[in-house]
Amino acid sequence: MEESSSSVKVVIPPKASFAKEWSSDQKAFKGVPWGKAMMWIFLVSDTFVFSIFLISYMTVRFSTKADWPNPSEVFGLHVGQYNVPLLLIAIMTFILITSSGTMALAVKYGYEKNRKMCGYLMLATAVFGASFVGMQAFEWTKLIMEGVRPWSNPFGAPQFGAIFFMITGFHGTHVTIGVIFLFIMTYKVFRGHFDTGKRGFFTSQKSDYEAIEIMGLYWHFVDLVWVFIFAFFYLW
Amino acid sequence: MAADSYEDVVKNKETIPALEVAPQDLYHAKSFWTKYIFCQDAKVIGIQYGLTAVAIGLVGLVSSWLMRMQIAFPGLIPMDAAQYYQLVTMHGMIMVVYLLTALFLGGFGNFLIPLMVGARDMVFPYVNMVSFWVFFLAVIILAASYFVPGGPTGAGWTLYPPQAITSGTPGGDGLGIVLMLVSLAVFVIGFTMGGLNYVITVLQARTRGMTLMRLPLTVWGIFTATVLALFAFPALFVAGIMMTLDNMLGTSFFMPAIIQFGEKLTHEGGSPILFQHLFWFFGHPEVYIVALPAFGIVSDLISVHARKNIFGYRMMVWAIVIIGGLSFIVWAHHMYVAGMNPWFGFFFATTTLIIAVPTAIKVYNWVLTLWRGNIKLTLPMLFSIAFIITFVNGGLTGLFLGNVAVDVPLSDTYFVVAHFHMVMGIAPVLVILGSVYHWFPLITGRFLNERLGRIHFWVTFIGSYSIYFPMHYLGFMGVTRRYFEVFEGEAFTYSITGINQFITIAALITGAVQFLFIYNIIVSSKFGKKAGKNPWKACSLEWRTKDVPPTHGNFDKELPVVYRWAYDYSVPGADEDYITQDTPPSAVANARAEQT
Repeated sequence: MEESSSSVKVVIPPKASFAKEWSSDQKAFKGVPWGKAMMWIFLVSDTFVFSIFLISYMTVRFSTKADWPNPSEVFGLHVGQYNVPLLLIAIMTFILITSSGTMALAVKYGYEKNRKMCGYLMLATAVFGASFVGMQAFEWTKLIMEGVRPWSNPFGAPQFGAIFFMITGFHGTHVTIGVIFLFIMTYKVFRGHFDTGKRGFFTSQKSDYEAIEIMGLYWHFVDLVWVFIFAFFYLW
Repeated sequence: MAADSYEDVVKNKETIPALEVAPQDLYHAKSFWTKYIFCQDAKVIGIQYGLTAVAIGLVGLVSSWLMRMQIAFPGLIPMDAAQYYQLVTMHGMIMVVYLLTALFLGGFGNFLIPLMVGARDMVFPYVNMVSFWVFFLAVIILAASYFVPGGPTGAGWTLYPPQAITSGTPGGDGLGIVLMLVSLAVFVIGFTMGGLNYVITVLQARTRGMTLMRLPLTVWGIFTATVLALFAFPALFVAGIMMTLDNMLGTSFFMPAIIQFGEKLTHEGGSPILFQHLFWFFGHPEVYIVALPAFGIVSDLISVHARKNIFGYRMMVWAIVIIGGLSFIVWAHHMYVAGMNPWFGFFFATTTLIIAVPTAIKVYNWVLTLWRGNIKLTLPMLFSIAFIITFVNGGLTGLFLGNVAVDVPLSDTYFVVAHFHMVMGIAPVLVILGSVYHWFPLITGRFLNERLGRIHFWVTFIGSYSIYFPMHYLGFMGVTRRYFEVFEGEAFTYSITGINQFITIAALITGAVQFLFIYNIIVSSKFGKKAGKNPWKACSLEWRTKDVPPTHGNFDKELPVVYRWAYDYSVPGADEDYITQDTPPSAVANARAEQT
């Protein structure tokens, strides 16, 4: 945000050594705007949240006496007469990772001030994200129809349902929040708020394409977390 | 002396770093609502945090009075065991999280960080404002638990499952425990918003010349504590969510198979120890979230009021950072009797005792700062000295409790109560009180009443020792903590009743004198002696604002440029016995400052 106020020319000094940057004045991360630094540190904190969720999952999986359900059966889809394991989840993962690609391109076009391309790519990312949430809702519905509940399930350990709904639900909430913000950003890009530096409704700070990159950081993080959830739930 | 203009500096051939941070776009309040209620000025937010924390803290104080009355004079105040446990729980949680954490990080952090690093405000004033109101909501939710059927939770402040969410524990089958967990989760969300602000302000928004190694130690303490909080609160957050689900949805994360009143509960296969690990992974850094700001602030108070530079500044900084790092690998020393693998105990005892090294460095450095200093026994100085003594006392008993073999017999006795109240209750509170006396002239432009202050200090200091010193002996005699009633008889002798009554009377007096302090604050903010600019002759930037008390935007048209560290007191050759941080070397040509 600060780069956008034009009254002072921002000086980005040449790359110095790690120790030199940290022992300098004003900024520890040279050339990094405030919003970006804040998103990074928030993501580190959020990493702790998801790590603790996953560690709790592993602990509970060992503490429960009942058998853990076989993921390739539970998460399988019936296509015709075949039971295809992990089909839905493969599609979901593919879509989410594709959305990371469109997001990265949106950031590129954003910094090139290519309003149209940036907007379309943001829109694509948002739609991919929304379809991911939709498929997750489908998967939840399927499992609930089969009798999986947070407190019990027909396949084995009751903790399976509890952990599954909690962690995918928490991740899904992250994706949903991301999708909402992606749509808001798309609107702002198309309306040209980032070109004119329109002031935000709540914060009264000037809009800048840098916001797209910050959005991108969050989005890539949500994707990365999904890779771990995928590995620990569906492949273990 | 006036702040130098650029021309002067160029003439004197002093290098000024180029400006990297563009001027901040501040939202200036236009109405009463945006000026005092939904305010985006970090100083006002800091005061809002402080007042809210103190208000809920008074509930904690009165809880402790009622508990002490029950222990010493059973029956005098009608109370049953369930209510006693509710008091214990709420007292602990309020004091640790809602008073100390909020006051140090939210209160002092918001007020002091932008002023001390030379920024106009926090980097995201709007997020900062939301942070306070989310914290306020958390306090409201917590207070609401007093008014639901069954009352607040009585599970002990550690909230260990399974007992915290089974019937029989007060609030366990009602809304009490749910409101507590929800309040904690909301607190974490609100704190994260504030915490990101504090960290980025320190890292990315310092004024020119303010390198990290020129920051006042207050900022270092609050900064490191905030980083700890950002990494430790997630554990509490996740544990809170999981326990809420166990309670509301009947999941079994923390609940093993249990038979209660002959009936098997529906839970099965959970891990209660997991909760303990998560809780203490938050809980131990939490101790240092409270202690590190106190360490930092007290270093500044001692240096200012002894007119001497802080001894071993770099060592002080690294000690804070190392303590912060170590605090993440000692958590299971709270769980020696929980049935861990003995090798775990060995590991955690070792790391726990290693923390004594950086902590001892800090204590030595405080004492060496006082050594041959020009000590002025002002109120902040009295509180600082009291802090050092109390912290050493509390720390020494920590050595006993950190060793597995010694801890096992002392576990769950009043020895533990005495230890943690000394080290993380009384010691940080003494720093808070001292720093209120120190910074009150900055906040209001007036001094607090000196006579009332001295009464307050001596009663608080002697009173808190009268409370907690005897508790060590109670612990040796085997008096267990959290007991509703302690009977005389074969197990305990007559002397225990006597000691308990003595402690209770001391607690009543010590608590009462805090109300004198509040009276002092209210009266002095209107009628106190006028302080003027920089009454303590301090070096750091918060006293160098154009107006005192500082207005929105903090500094004059130009932000100050920093040329030296915050501790140039009694420099040989200088005219005054202090050189402020924004004094260029040319203005004090004869001064022989050793470190800038």
